[in-house]
Amino acid sequence: MSVKTFRQAINEALHQEMERDPTVILIGEDIVGGHGGSAKKPGSSGGMMGVTAGLYQKFGERRVIDTPISESAIMGAAAGAALTGLRPVAEMMFVDFFGVCFDQIYNQAAKFRYMFGGNARTPMVIRAMTGAGLVCAAQHSQALWPIFTHIPGLKVVLPSCAYDAKGLLAQAIRDDDPVIFLEHKLLYDTQDEVPDEPYTIPFGEAKITREGADVTIVAFGRMVQLANQVADKLKGTISVEVVDPRTTSPLDTDVIVESVAHTGRLVAVDEANPMCNLASEVISVVALNALASLKAAPRKISAPHTPVPASPVLEKLYVPSTGQIEAAVREVMAA
Amino acid sequence: MELSKSELLRAYRLMKTIREFESRISREFEAGTVPGFTHLYLGQEAVATGICMHLTDEDYISSTHRGHGHCIAKGCDVRKMALELWCKRDGLCRGKGGSMHIADISKGMLGANAIVGAGAPLALGAALTAKTLGKPNVSVTFGGDGATNQGTVFESMNFAVVLKLPVIFAVENNGYGEHTGIAYHLGAKDIASRAAAFGMPAVMVDGTDFFAVYDAMGEATARARSGAGPSTIECVAPRWRGHFEGDAQAYRDLTEIKELRERKDCLKLFRERVREDKKLEAHEMDRVDLDVLALIDEAVEAAKVAPHPTPEDLLTDVYVSY
Ligand SMILES: Cc1ncc(C[n+]2csc(CCOP(=O)(O)OP(=O)(O)O)c2C)c(N)n1
Ligand SMILES: [Mg+2]
Repeated sequence: MSVKTFRQAINEALHQEMERDPTVILIGEDIVGGHGGSAKKPGSSGGMMGVTAGLYQKFGERRVIDTPISESAIMGAAAGAALTGLRPVAEMMFVDFFGVCFDQIYNQAAKFRYMFGGNARTPMVIRAMTGAGLVCAAQHSQALWPIFTHIPGLKVVLPSCAYDAKGLLAQAIRDDDPVIFLEHKLLYDTQDEVPDEPYTIPFGEAKITREGADVTIVAFGRMVQLANQVADKLKGTISVEVVDPRTTSPLDTDVIVESVAHTGRLVAVDEANPMCNLASEVISVVALNALASLKAAPRKISAPHTPVPASPVLEKLYVPSTGQIEAAVREVMAA
Repeated sequence: MELSKSELLRAYRLMKTIREFESRISREFEAGTVPGFTHLYLGQEAVATGICMHLTDEDYISSTHRGHGHCIAKGCDVRKMALELWCKRDGLCRGKGGSMHIADISKGMLGANAIVGAGAPLALGAALTAKTLGKPNVSVTFGGDGATNQGTVFESMNFAVVLKLPVIFAVENNGYGEHTGIAYHLGAKDIASRAAAFGMPAVMVDGTDFFAVYDAMGEATARARSGAGPSTIECVAPRWRGHFEGDAQAYRDLTEIKELRERKDCLKLFRERVREDKKLEAHEMDRVDLDVLALIDEAVEAAKVAPHPTPEDLLTDVYVSY
């Protein structure tokens, strides 16, 4: 056990899963970096955020593969390789680039197992960076997990801390279905106690990151960290429980319902745009299963229904804040 | 193609403006005054200039993440560009677009683009508008060497040939896509021959030689305006800076860049050529230099202190907010 960053935790999971299983390969753009460069130093980048550093040096060019800028080919190749015996971990760099190659994911990879009557496996992972907060503007800052969550056949992972990132990524790689694994840019340098040995965290099992009795906050991805801060701040005045579903598909509806049945109040927080996002889904789950226990109307905190603005001043207003979450908690308490 | 003295001075001014704008942004970025990420066009100035000197405000361009040079060459207001880079309210996109989405539709500049390969299909559409409305206008799509590996670019090349659209594919081969060299990412021997395989004229020119780009574009534009269809111009102009500002460039031998600046400086080459040909005198260009520096200084200083967008701006320009 030692303190590791979210970035290191992911890197370690990749190392360990590649060691464990020779069919695991990595494929993407500049995950190696330096091929064809004048310094003749392939492996010098290890990804735009350094997440895949050292893997090329360790596992070589047969298993750590840089490609041309051709996302449809990358995703189709990963899906085809998964169907035929490899376990590819494809990198999409920014989640926004799914727009270029969505067919290979939602019409192809997601559907093989069902469409082929259970006679196919598609063990692939697609890693991508998500989220706003780094002034990357409209096409590099989105939170597109609701779109993936909507598609039957895809599993969707949204880790909120380094410990979960490592265990969930190992699980994703060992899973036999296509998994979308989303890494929030602002989490890469966050730190956590992370075991050195390999471990997995099952999908569809929410984690209660703060126990409480008055209000349940269900939050996703980076928003869990904000919810935890609010819970800590209000400790002693309002007892806040924070639920981190960790995967949006499958979604652990049991823990959400149990928590709300216990507290009677719900604040759902999702960085994604508000229409059809995960906060909406959580409120729907609670309305269907725990309506009678609600003491106040649920509150929903999301980004507004706009693209992500370039201006850092506007971006700050765009991303849900601890202030908004705290205000919502106070509102459901006052109701 | 003969250029008049005033045209030569205009070309020089455009290249110099791009050079000084980008150099200033580089310094400001290092000082931490510019928000976000930025990709600079240094070294490639002659490409945008040689291409856009043939265009009017009624012709269109689609651009890339490395779009400041395209903007300047297409006639965008440098002051409003600086305001946009600082994400200020009076910027070209009211601070909502920033460096990677800078656009000015009134000048036929259809936007920088943060999605590699996305500009080519958009340029088809602009060409389709011209063709359908019976206008003599053309559209140009700028795109990098790396972008030519996108399916969107392949589709667009064939589509333009089949529909005989007035499009020019201005391929900017600067040697790298992010941290990967062209020797690794390109299967063909060059990009021009690949474009030619789609059935259009395609040439490869030295993109640091303004005159070479200008002449190739003259032919491509004449062909497009006459209704004969698309062309490709592969312009070879190495990138001077990292992929983005702050890129440590471990993949690159840094003496390569030093040498480029000495041997492949489009401004230096231009000055030598026009003086040899006795077309312009040094002092005429020196005057332009001073003008340009003053303009950029004014634009940047004004941008730094200009007002930010207001909170209400977050919710405008979209059909509804929930
Ligand atoms: C669809 C998509 N894939 C990947 C990226 C990440 N990316 C941004 S610029 C770039 C390299 C582009 O290379 P090139 O087309 O040669 O343009 P240059 O940067 O050299 O001007 C990459 C891979 C992106 N923005 N969009
Ligand atoms: Mg390039």
